[in-house]
Amino acid sequence: MASEAHGAEQGGLEFHPMDQFLVKPLFGGDHIGLFTITNVTLWMALAVIAVVAMMVVGTRRRAIIPSRGQSIGELAYGFIYKMVEDVAGKDAVKFFPYIMTLFMFIVMANFLGLLPMSFTTTSHFAVTIGLALLVFVTVTVVGFVKNGAAFLGLFWVSSAPLALRPILAIIEVISYFVRPVSHSIRLAGNVMAGHAVIKVFAGFAAIAVVSPVSIVAITAMYGLEVLVAFIQAYVFTILTCVYLKDALHPSH
Amino acid sequence: MASNTTDAAGHAAEAASASGMPQLDFSSWGNQIFWLLITLVVIYFVLSRIALPRIAAVLAERQGTITNDIAAAEELKAKAVEAEEAYNKALVDAKAEAARIVAETKAEIQADLNAATEKADAEIAAKAAESEKAIAEIRAGALESIKDVANATTAELVSTLGGKAEDADVAKAVDAQMKG
Repeated sequence: MASEAHGAEQGGLEFHPMDQFLVKPLFGGDHIGLFTITNVTLWMALAVIAVVAMMVVGTRRRAIIPSRGQSIGELAYGFIYKMVEDVAGKDAVKFFPYIMTLFMFIVMANFLGLLPMSFTTTSHFAVTIGLALLVFVTVTVVGFVKNGAAFLGLFWVSSAPLALRPILAIIEVISYFVRPVSHSIRLAGNVMAGHAVIKVFAGFAAIAVVSPVSIVAITAMYGLEVLVAFIQAYVFTILTCVYLKDALHPSH
Repeated sequence: MASNTTDAAGHAAEAASASGMPQLDFSSWGNQIFWLLITLVVIYFVLSRIALPRIAAVLAERQGTITNDIAAAEELKAKAVEAEEAYNKALVDAKAEAARIVAETKAEIQADLNAATEKADAEIAAKAAESEKAIAEIRAGALESIKDVANATTAELVSTLGGKAEDADVAKAVDAQMKG
């Protein structure tokens, strides 16, 4: 890949672990405008195709006894549906398509990002902050629409001693506003770090002596990244459910 | 690289971030978020309009099928239990009937046997009485004969010894002897 080419050209060890995250226009030119078709567009489109393949094409036969493809679609459905129901409560089920959208996008983008030479859209803070802000805004709006001013009770810990409550309220407000930050940086940070580490090991593979070690390390990291790809999507989704629960039932 | 002069600042940032983190190159953020929103909207519509209702329908249908099958299986099981009960009842009935028939037959045979035995007893008693009567007659006949023979013998003996035997005296003497 890019880093190996660089290393070979210059005859020494040179790492470009972050080159894989560059946003590039697909059809020439350097300018990235709002609507420019870039590798981001390509890999997001592939994620859409993957979602369609899994959830629509896989279930096209609507079989009572499911095929393998349909089983996977049903498994994903059941997994997220149960999560929404268990974590956020029965009345959160109407947000299920929304949460399913987030989960399917993140999980597909993560796994597509594991393909060699691919671009990982979820490794970008722009994307994860976009996702996290979407959740934050949705949850806040839902909280106020459902509960009105009572939603502010989320910050007023009525089980604590009265003297402590204002201090706790400040902490609660800060933690509430920090949520989208941690929510987004957790996902992008995990994905980016893993991919960068793989790239660094790949750079070491240019040295004949350490290349077996580095290949083993890449394999191990790749295995770990497969786990991370799923777990981070899961974590993002379950946190969304937790926040949604807070919005629907703000009392402590 | 700097072919587009209108976005020189953006390029500077891009060039700077190329060695650092492309994630912090804010010039591409708008683009990424734009495409992200498009992607999410597309996925949302695909899921909420096509995929999720379809899967929900399939799952509901499967649940229904399973419930129906279980109900049918339970019904069949109940039928089997019923059939077994009916069989057991029939078996018990048949056994009772058989026992009844056996008892009846036994009683009948016993009655026949009793009747036959009684009849035989009666016959035996009748025969015995007849025989006794015959024996008595014979005995009586024999006594009479003995008396006759004794009379005759006595008369003969008396006459032979030179006496004169009167029939009445002889009969009297014989009677007296026989009573003794």
